[in-house]
Amino acid sequence: MSQRQVLQVFEQYQKARTQFVQMVAELATRPQNIETLQNAGVMSLLRPLLLDVVPTIQQTAALALGRLANYNDDLAEAVVKGDILPQLVYSLAEQNRFYKKAAAFVLRAVGKHSPQLAQAIVDCGALDTLVICLEDFDPGVKEAAAWALGYIARHNAELSQAVVDAGAVPLLVLCIQEPEIALKRIAASALSDISKHSPELAQTVVDAGAIAHLAQMILNPDSKLKRQVLSALSQIAKHSVDLAEMVVEAEIFPVVLTCLKDKDEYVKKNASTLIREIAKHTPELSQLIVNAGGVAAVIDCIGSCKGNIRLPGIMMLGYVAAHSENLAMAVIISKGVPQLSICLSEEPEDHIKAAAAWAIGQIGRHTPEHARAVAVTNTLPVLLSLYMSTESSEDLQVKSKKAIKNILQKCTYLPALEPFLYDAPPNILKHVVGQFSKVLFPWIFRYTSAESGQLSTTY
Amino acid sequence: MATLARLQARSTFVAQQYYFRNSVVDLFRKKEYDAAVKIQSWFRGCQVRAYIRNLHRITTVIQKWWRSYSGRQEYQLIVKFASCAMKMNLYNAMAVRIQRRWRGYRIRKYCFNYFYLKEYLRAVSETNDAIREALEEFAEMKEREEKKADLEREEKKRDYQARKMHYLLSTKQIPGVYNSPFRKDPDPWELRLQKAKPLTSQRSKAKPKRCISLSNWLACTSARSFPRSEILPPIDRKQCQGPFRDITEVLEQRYKPLEPTLRVAEPIDELKLARGEFRRQEWMRNVNDNMFLPFSSYHKNKKYIPLMNSSSKYSPNSYGSQHFRDENPKKWICDKDFQTVLPSFDLFSKYGKLYSKAGQII
Repeated sequence: MSQRQVLQVFEQYQKARTQFVQMVAELATRPQNIETLQNAGVMSLLRPLLLDVVPTIQQTAALALGRLANYNDDLAEAVVKGDILPQLVYSLAEQNRFYKKAAAFVLRAVGKHSPQLAQAIVDCGALDTLVICLEDFDPGVKEAAAWALGYIARHNAELSQAVVDAGAVPLLVLCIQEPEIALKRIAASALSDISKHSPELAQTVVDAGAIAHLAQMILNPDSKLKRQVLSALSQIAKHSVDLAEMVVEAEIFPVVLTCLKDKDEYVKKNASTLIREIAKHTPELSQLIVNAGGVAAVIDCIGSCKGNIRLPGIMMLGYVAAHSENLAMAVIISKGVPQLSICLSEEPEDHIKAAAAWAIGQIGRHTPEHARAVAVTNTLPVLLSLYMSTESSEDLQVKSKKAIKNILQKCTYLPALEPFLYDAPPNILKHVVGQFSKVLFPWIFRYTSAESGQLSTTY
Repeated sequence: MATLARLQARSTFVAQQYYFRNSVVDLFRKKEYDAAVKIQSWFRGCQVRAYIRNLHRITTVIQKWWRSYSGRQEYQLIVKFASCAMKMNLYNAMAVRIQRRWRGYRIRKYCFNYFYLKEYLRAVSETNDAIREALEEFAEMKEREEKKADLEREEKKRDYQARKMHYLLSTKQIPGVYNSPFRKDPDPWELRLQKAKPLTSQRSKAKPKRCISLSNWLACTSARSFPRSEILPPIDRKQCQGPFRDITEVLEQRYKPLEPTLRVAEPIDELKLARGEFRRQEWMRNVNDNMFLPFSSYHKNKKYIPLMNSSSKYSPNSYGSQHFRDENPKKWICDKDFQTVLPSFDLFSKYGKLYSKAGQII
């Protein structure tokens, strides 16, 4: 046969391979096909194509593998068991940017399902190559590598520590400063996943200078970026007082309050989470937030959302009020109690009601003034009904009972106590009667003694 | 006898009278006795009563004095205590006054300033109002910006559509779709179409990104590259004077396509790519990825594993390295060692040094 005909055979084979791998990659985008593909044994067919001579076939095979592994964890485990990962890691170091993107995509897809799979990725030495990819010029490669690192670090503290030990954090901080929005988002989410596990990891992230850049990005108009940035800052601030103070020193107040007015619900939620994590540590930090007008902003934010979005805001009010009576009074004058009682009555979910009940209890437990401010909004009957109702969860019952007890011990406002005399259970009734005696007895004593004229209590 | 008779007649009477007089006397006596007794008893009674009266008087005097004395003592005690109590009450009242003033002062100065708290709460509520206003303004501004951006996007879209639909413009002969003769005035789309510029189809297609590498130069057919054939002379060129060469030849010469040398035609890092290619092919073909090492350096990093027979639990046995004969002096029959009858080989004195430098295994 002539040389041309021989070469034609090879060309046909190459064409066939290219077509196969492209079709598989396309079919893998649709979830309904993946079962059929799996049953047809696509993994074993794609594996040798990863080593193909033609670079396009390699890249498309990697992309198809990534999409398959992304779908569920059985396929991801098949990828791990088929010894594909060391190959990918080796060629990640050398190939061009499309291949790097596809390989990083496969690593991300495998690593996202469970800690064991992520550990398998770490064990085959992928972290060093991913960190090298973070230094690449192409922003798509950086994004894919950062995404993979973020998913690996998400699972638990050991994996996060492994990612940090590979030296990813300074490079991620550099990635945050890049102009591409998608890269910033992914880098911010990776930093958030790393710092959420333990204070040491958060300290590592802070030492790399991440806080200043994250604080600058709060002003960015992109809402998904704001979500990730606020989530990263709140994960850093939640661990200790020092970290929270460092976050506050980056001058996020009052800019963060504008995020509470954002259209995106999750931006609001993450912003109120950040404020809550800062407020819960010490009274001084809560004072700072109150002085910056944060309480009013959070109360407005609670009023404008529904459901789980409200929960961090409610908890923040509870933490602020719990520290001292002056802060609780500040919450009261910012009109927090009517809002909380609306939450208590409106919300369908029990855990949000429990949080609202707890917050109201923290506000009202300090002095008779506070208890009066809570009692005039008619919250106490609502709390009582929640405590008595059999449908409430146990947590809700416990919290509403504590709140009632705390408020009743200080409440001297009699019109609010009267309904309790009729329908309260005996253990609460005794507190109510005690309060009545406290209020009425000196009053009676004063009047009767004034009539007899003998003993006059000098006031 | 008469007297006797008379005495006897009178004897009973006398007896009676004797008895009677004696009994009267007895009665009398008894009366007198009783009277005497009465008088005496009365007198004695009076005596005793007087005595007792005296005693009473005396006792009363004593008791009176004693009671007054003890009453006075009690009275003094009562007065003492009452005065003490009065003084203490006074002191207490004064101390309460002092403490009241002091406590008020202390709390107000060091612990809690009520007015400051009121001030603070007022300032907090003012800040809250300011923040609420600022946030509302901010939200309004954002809304306005969004609406503006939306409107602009809509405008752009409509513009683009008008440019695409430009052919639907009405002409003098044929009224267009948006300019129906039954309408009073034309549809606003008509006016838009009038204002729009027609859209050329080429510009709407997105320009594909081409990676221009040197090897594609030869196949370059874009309008901006040099024309390779069908050479047309420029339109407004003046006719050249004189017997010059054929114009097609000249233009062919002038606009000759690039024929790069082999050196330029290949990419600059061709050697590296070729090496990489080669390495990849080799890697494909390899069964085992570990490199072959020369024998001399095969054992370089390998840890020496001594014979199990020659090593004990605590350290390797020196047999086989230090000495080659098993020496057990206890088993020797005599004290002396073997004597060498023949001299040792010279060969083994150069053990390890006879080999070449490359083969230095030891």
